Amino acid sequence: MHSGPVVEVSGATVRFRGETALDGVDFRMFPGEVHSLMGENGAGKSTLIRAITGALRLDAGEILIDGEEVRLASPADAQHRGIGTVYQEIDLLPNLTVAENISLGREARRRGAIDWRGMRARATEVLRELGLEIDPSSILSTHSLAVQQLVAIARAISIDVKVLVLDEPTSSLDLDEVAELFRVIRELKQRGVAILFVSHFLDQVYEICDRITVLRNGRLVGEYLTRELLRIDLVEKMLGRSAGELTSRQTRESADAPHEPYLSARGVTSTPGISDADVDLAEGEVLGVAGLLGSGRTELARALTGVDRLDAGILRITGAPVSFGAPRRAISLGVAYSSENRRTDGIIGELSVLENITLALQAQRGILRRMRKARQRELAASWVEALDIRPADLDRPAGTLSGGNQQKVLLARLLALSPRVLVLDEPTRGIDVGAKVEILNLVGDLAANGMSVMFISAELEEVLRVGHRVAILRDGRIVETAASADLTIDSLLALVARPDVEEA
Amino acid sequence: MSSATLTRNHVPRERTRLLHRFSTRHASWIPVFAAIAILLAMLIAGQLYFGTFVTPRMLSSLLLDNAYLLVLAVGMTFVILTGGIDLSVGSVMAFTGILGARMLAGGVPAAVAMPTMIVCGAAVGLLVGVMVQVFDVQPFIASLAGMFLARGLAFVVSLEAIGVKDPVITWLQSARFAVGGWYLGPEGIAYQPNGWYITPTGIIALLTVAAAFWVLQYTRFGRTVYAIGGNEQSARLMGLPVARTKLLVYVISGSCAGLAGVIFTAYTGAGYSLNGIGTELDTIAAVVIGGTLLSGGSGYVIGSLLGVLVYGLIKVAITFMGADASWTRIIVGALLLLFVVVQRIIVARSGRR
Repeated sequence: MHSGPVVEVSGATVRFRGETALDGVDFRMFPGEVHSLMGENGAGKSTLIRAITGALRLDAGEILIDGEEVRLASPADAQHRGIGTVYQEIDLLPNLTVAENISLGREARRRGAIDWRGMRARATEVLRELGLEIDPSSILSTHSLAVQQLVAIARAISIDVKVLVLDEPTSSLDLDEVAELFRVIRELKQRGVAILFVSHFLDQVYEICDRITVLRNGRLVGEYLTRELLRIDLVEKMLGRSAGELTSRQTRESADAPHEPYLSARGVTSTPGISDADVDLAEGEVLGVAGLLGSGRTELARALTGVDRLDAGILRITGAPVSFGAPRRAISLGVAYSSENRRTDGIIGELSVLENITLALQAQRGILRRMRKARQRELAASWVEALDIRPADLDRPAGTLSGGNQQKVLLARLLALSPRVLVLDEPTRGIDVGAKVEILNLVGDLAANGMSVMFISAELEEVLRVGHRVAILRDGRIVETAASADLTIDSLLALVARPDVEEA
Repeated sequence: MSSATLTRNHVPRERTRLLHRFSTRHASWIPVFAAIAILLAMLIAGQLYFGTFVTPRMLSSLLLDNAYLLVLAVGMTFVILTGGIDLSVGSVMAFTGILGARMLAGGVPAAVAMPTMIVCGAAVGLLVGVMVQVFDVQPFIASLAGMFLARGLAFVVSLEAIGVKDPVITWLQSARFAVGGWYLGPEGIAYQPNGWYITPTGIIALLTVAAAFWVLQYTRFGRTVYAIGGNEQSARLMGLPVARTKLLVYVISGSCAGLAGVIFTAYTGAGYSLNGIGTELDTIAAVVIGGTLLSGGSGYVIGSLLGVLVYGLIKVAITFMGADASWTRIIVGALLLLFVVVQRIIVARSGRR
């Protein structure tokens, strides 16, 4: 019997089209232990998980299971080796029965035919182990998400699991359901299963996990025992910071609450994600938004720009109540939103830089008032010059540009609409340092010219540097809004991490 | 509280419990019941309107006339359950039909010709499947290519119709097994000599349905077909053999089209390269009317059987009325629309949960 880590990954490296998603990461899991993998967006968590579960192959590095080197060619292969996985979006089959979802691919058979009765009995048994009394013959889609989640776990443990990977299992569960899930996790832990629990809820991580591995930008930051790692240290390791980098920032005198907000939101609620948020945005002001992944920062941006419907709350522009049914309406009122997912919700890679820039403006004008080609070129060229988009080739497919330049093209698209309010959701994610600085400077210039900007970023230093005020989000609520002159990286870090429960 | 009220309370509760259990277990059968309801409604309405509509002869000929369509619908059901589509089946039926007729006319024994027809159908299906699975071509386009290929091959074999005089095919064409003559007529029990009959092609078609039902319900392959239709990505993450299964459903559809070629040749007594134009669409219509979701993952071959019968019955009713045959298409179109709308509602409702 091998004692020591049941899973041991060393030097794991994965590259996607030139971008390094995972860079020489070491990681290990012990039997009977709950291990958490922490990191912000793009830290490489899901890449590492997919490597362990056989959904993706390593470009370099090795995976050892029970001390033996293995090549996981497919999820089925990983399952054979005792690695069960529950993915973030419940990856079950809504059109089939609960019993089938548990045993699909390894159904009980009798004389060549699927033994439905045996399959149901087996499902009932596994579900009962989890303390779940549901009809195994019922169709999965008739159950709540929480039950589906537990069915997914039932599937994972119905094989002889040594390792159970839970990728954000609690993101769609309420408190009672989370408690139920934790009861199950503790029971599996007793049985000696090694559990990988990934969640962006720090409370949950501290409640259930024994060990934490932190990743940042595809690199290993370190492995820690939960009881030895203060919450604030964890957040610092996740977000990353080097005090020396903090350059002086221009502060404005009117740093306290603006007298007359241009855009004002009261009690904005959009479930799930953000509740009862008050936001004021003055003309020429940059409001930084700080918060961890899952704190509701994207949801806030989407609620304020008409992307998501408001469940409650009111939006006012220069004092007059407005309602954005859709982004189109928001844009016509001068409120533009730039998504955090540049590649999927922003840039259209096959279209040229020219087309990407003029897209939104043309859409706003409508199909009948087509812009003349010469006018389009003129407009696009002026933005390419103003934002220093490189290479300055209007006809190049936008997808071939670097991340930073793609982001600038996106900004140009929105700026061509001459918005009054610009909401930028992680505009600096995944771009190089030089481009980051340029975008930060651009935001400052825009504000100086009277535009209101909401700037969301996972990097506290940026938020602090560019924002006149900073709104701090935690668990879907704005917990504080402070002038950035009154904040330091440390105090901001503390607010983001919630120090009041840091003893853990 | 008296015991009477207690029992009265108890009964509805028992009923809602059963209803709940039914709706959580068998909701996907509802479209099939809808098809049964439509079939019965048509039979009753026809009987009331025409007086002598529902007779053993008419019902027996329904199976005879639509045996080829039933076999095609079975293959199509497999494909649609995975969320795909196969537009090649009508052409493949024509191609294998004319190929078989040519072989038989050239003196090749039926025992060789008929399996060859089925294998040729399977080969076209394999080609479509490879395009879909390996080269990631949309099923619509891949099977469209297969459709043109098969039609072209049919023209290559012969532009003229080729009659078939092979004894086996003739037997398939003309054999009638009497099943009895008693039936429920308008004046109660009635007797029609040699009323009920079944043909060899009808038996083949029904056996195909039975075999497909068994495969879909009781084999891992069958359940994987449903799994792919539910969510292909999930099926892959569950470790199911997605690639193999997707390839195989097109091979099955192609084989069914080859078998339909045999049946149609026997039915018409000849092979003709222009046979079966538009039949792929009739097949899809029948499958959809039978309650199979075009998005995949939900449906039954039994439903497709009912869909074919509804389709056949519309044709019969139009003939009875002496109306123009084009009305068949219009009514089938209307029914199709109705079913697709009903399916959308069902999907939307389950999505809201």
